[in-house]
Amino acid sequence: MTAPEPAPHLGQTPSQTVGPFFSFSLGRFDLTDVFPDADPATKVTLTGQVLDGEDTPVPDAVIELWQADASGRFPASRSDRGGFGRSCTDTDGRYRFTTVVPGVVAAADGTPQAPHATLVVFARGLLRHAFTRVYLCAPDDAAAQADPVLAAVPPSRRHTLFAHDDDGGFRFDIHLQGPAETVFLDL
Amino acid sequence: MTGTVAYEPFDPASHPGFTHEAYRSTVLRGPRQALVPLTQSAGETTGPTPASLGITADDNDLTTNAARDGEPIGERIIVTGRVLDASGAPVAGTLIELWQANAAGRYAHPVDIHPAPLDPNFVGAGHCITDAEGVYRFLTIKPGAYPWRNHANAWRPAHLHVSVLGPAIATRLVTQMYFPGDPLLELDPILGGVPDGARERLVAAYAHDVTEAEWALGYRWDIVLRGPLRTPEV
Repeated sequence: MTAPEPAPHLGQTPSQTVGPFFSFSLGRFDLTDVFPDADPATKVTLTGQVLDGEDTPVPDAVIELWQADASGRFPASRSDRGGFGRSCTDTDGRYRFTTVVPGVVAAADGTPQAPHATLVVFARGLLRHAFTRVYLCAPDDAAAQADPVLAAVPPSRRHTLFAHDDDGGFRFDIHLQGPAETVFLDL
Repeated sequence: MTGTVAYEPFDPASHPGFTHEAYRSTVLRGPRQALVPLTQSAGETTGPTPASLGITADDNDLTTNAARDGEPIGERIIVTGRVLDASGAPVAGTLIELWQANAAGRYAHPVDIHPAPLDPNFVGAGHCITDAEGVYRFLTIKPGAYPWRNHANAWRPAHLHVSVLGPAIATRLVTQMYFPGDPLLELDPILGGVPDGARERLVAAYAHDVTEAEWALGYRWDIVLRGPLRTPEV
């Protein structure tokens, strides 16, 4: 018995760092307002610092954000603008978005997930990007307690995925390394 | 957009790891803990489109898109190819962003202190949306090599930075394209972070059929993204 001929399979193009000098390209459109057409009363700020293994701010990172809208939907057509954000860090390693709290999105098995956004971290010194999530709710919320992605994270590290209140907005620091290393996801 | 389809994993035999000591900046920046696995659902299998960035048209001629009072200095090149997924299917309508140093090896970026001249007619940033066959095309200036402080007498080989949105956030890719025959390739710890056997995928091929007579040299370089998750064969 011989195995069937495998389908054509091309090798993936390897990832490389964004390097230090990307802002004149990746930052040339202001993409920090994730839902430009949303009701301003529903908008929230999400900001934080990117820090290295010695807690030194990373001034040459770019954070991308992808999330559902307030009703839990992703864009239905190719011409929809909302849901995506990009923010290049400043000299203090700080990124900033204006967004809305996303609605409920089901996990692969249908379980509702707690409100979250996917973040993609690029930087000088990252040969490949790192995916994480920021949860825009409290760790003891029922939705967070039932979230299947959080359930897969060792309990002692779950706190690294939650934003906290900071002067009326959300704050979420990204620790690339160290004792407080943010949980990064293999997706 | 898209959705429903799940994507195969990032292939560890194709991509660099997070830390590669020869590239010193990875040492304090590359995550050290194991990644936590996630089963993809709508949040991962959808992703931004060119419209997500407010982009509706190509801006793929870097020799004119920032010209002020003349042409940029340097060797004109055409870089073209296809964006495919690993099954060989074209990735249509996706955004490619390109950025680079000028012919002298200097970026139009305030932090770049390499003592080489800026070019008043060149910024080195453009974008292109792939057509129905996944084809992209840029006209630009061949970038110069430049020194960096990773180690003694370190020089980056000439390269283009390339960002591809892909069909979903899970297929997002940022990479670099290199030029064939460059003696700096084997000395470069950034390219060197890519596993053996995959490195040459980042080196474009000289393509005489792309070259335009009395105008510009042509290079061809295909980009392969993660493909749809394959059903395991029984």
